[in-house]
Amino acid sequence: MSAIIETEPAVFPAELRRHVGLRETLSQTLTMAYRALIRLRRTPEQWADVLIMPFIFTFMFAYLFGGAIAGGVEAYLPMLIPAIIVQGVVQASAVTGTQLREDMDTGVFDRFRSLPMARIAPLAGALLTDTIRYAVITGLTMLVGMLIGWRPGGGWGILVACLLVIITSWSVSWIWALLGVKARTAGTVQGIAMLIIMPLTFFSNAFVPTSTLPDWLRPVAEWNPVSHLITAFRELANDGVWGVDVWWTLLGAAVIVAIFAPLAVRAYMRKA
Amino acid sequence: MPSTTPSEWAIEADGLVKAFGENRAVDGVDLRVRTGAVYGVLGPNGAGKTTTISMLATLLRPDGGSARVFGHDVVREANAVRQLIGVTGQYASVDEKVSGLENMIVFGRLLGLSHRAAKAKGLELLEAFGLAEAAKRPVRKFSGGMRRRLDLASSLIARPPLIFLDEPTTGLDPRTRGQMWDVIRALVGGGSTVLLTTQYLDEADQLADRIAVIDRGRVVAEGTADELKGLVGNASLLLRVVDAERIDDTVRAIQEVLGTTATVTPEAGRLTAPMAEPDRITDLLIAFRERGIRLAEVSVEKPTLDEVFLTITGHDAADQTESAAADDDQEEVAA
Ligand SMILES: Nc1ncnc2c1ncn2[C@@H]1O[C@H](COP(=O)(O)OP(=O)(O)O)[C@@H](O)[C@H]1O
Ligand SMILES: [Mg+2]
Repeated sequence: MSAIIETEPAVFPAELRRHVGLRETLSQTLTMAYRALIRLRRTPEQWADVLIMPFIFTFMFAYLFGGAIAGGVEAYLPMLIPAIIVQGVVQASAVTGTQLREDMDTGVFDRFRSLPMARIAPLAGALLTDTIRYAVITGLTMLVGMLIGWRPGGGWGILVACLLVIITSWSVSWIWALLGVKARTAGTVQGIAMLIIMPLTFFSNAFVPTSTLPDWLRPVAEWNPVSHLITAFRELANDGVWGVDVWWTLLGAAVIVAIFAPLAVRAYMRKA
Repeated sequence: MPSTTPSEWAIEADGLVKAFGENRAVDGVDLRVRTGAVYGVLGPNGAGKTTTISMLATLLRPDGGSARVFGHDVVREANAVRQLIGVTGQYASVDEKVSGLENMIVFGRLLGLSHRAAKAKGLELLEAFGLAEAAKRPVRKFSGGMRRRLDLASSLIARPPLIFLDEPTTGLDPRTRGQMWDVIRALVGGGSTVLLTTQYLDEADQLADRIAVIDRGRVVAEGTADELKGLVGNASLLLRVVDAERIDDTVRAIQEVLGTTATVTPEAGRLTAPMAEPDRITDLLIAFRERGIRLAEVSVEKPTLDEVFLTITGHDAADQTESAAADDDQEEVAA
């Protein structure tokens, strides 16, 4: 088996690049996204929760709370479906962190670190592919909603709402990426992420109108960034209105990326 | 940045240090690896071999000291160094969940090849390493030997001039091990420099031009295999005579021919004599025939690297944690 190696001598590169350029960085990020995509295809069991969650949550909340909160299931749906989508996608973004941790524990990351590639590519690539997961959750939940009577009237706003929630989750996943790089085990990431996500999604305008909340809790729910995203989604999808909450959400997403992407990459390089 | 032509030294490490908390895993390692050579780093489990390689391969940042690969600093010019090295880690650095070919395509793409070129290169290397049939199977289903080969194949996509092999044959059956040795020799034939670590003393002896013996994060001896063996002493002659009553005559003959005193081991008829040059055995055998001394067994043994290790470090090459535990026991007894 050594024949080929004898005929091919070692290659001493004619020129050594000191840094990885922008074009290479983009191409390497896409390669890492491609890798994540192959992995997704090869491990269909990872899709199970993504596929089942929209059904369970939509049915559970619609039929449990619909009557009490909105006087009927169909009246509740315009409020509920955006909330289920946002909650599901934000929870799915935490999976990014746990999977990154698991992935980094395998030996192949040693090879990535030994290659002349951009340090951000392994992270950015994995996060990019995860947007597919968010898109599937968003699409499926909307479908389930429509099956049981949701009739969003937003037109183009529906598409914008979907893009907004996917972009936001992608931004948020940088937080979990940082956690994933720093944490010891995937279980830790999952645990911490849920501790943050549960109160954040429930102490919001997701499932009940904030007007029903006690005085001390109402401002919390109104300031909660998740509430802004949900409001933005509702206005866009139901009425086709680009409201101020869209701007707040985009601003929040930009701030999160600006802070957490560099932190995650730096932590990743340190870990090396 | 223009690349220098291959410099004299592939690796120059000065006083490398890496500490994990209190544990100084690498504690001042100096290395000089000449371009085109096979360099062996020999040491027991936990000696600091993997940590040393990780620093040289830009995977770990040294806490102290410095290192250069073909003249490029591993910290300040990490990206340049990465264009010159291939790393085959102790634990297969390939993706378990995807196929062998998909692994090769991803690595090739990351190295700047087009998808088509990466696939062609991948197939060619898989073929060369006898993995063509398994190309489409997930690596998870590969045997240990196949993983090693895939790992090594992945390190050769860019045909880097310096290759790190961390315990390339640990856990392999003898046949696969022999194949791996052939590959390593072929790599050097192609002009690569190889730094390999091993726990097997015969492996370093077989492959390496020079060897550094490393123990508890320090280089405790360095040289060619012969030089290291020389540290232990000369070769020794082992004899068993047919007629136990001729032992005294035998000792006398050895004294006359070799000028050394043989020791008689408790077992009847067995003799050991130190010997400066194995060559002198001819004279000795002639002397035995002249005196009618008949031999049941004769052998000349060079000291093994096991003995070298024992002599240099004062403990044998068993697991480092065990020997550390043994040290603790002694202290307790003393206290
Ligand atoms: N990431 C790590 N964190 C903490 N300790 C480590 C780490 N890597 C290695 N060590 C410790 O450093 C020492 C040297 O390890 P290593 O370089 O793997 O030795 P070898 O490769 O020679 O078996 C060991 O005591 C090991 O427990
Ligand atoms: Mg090791």
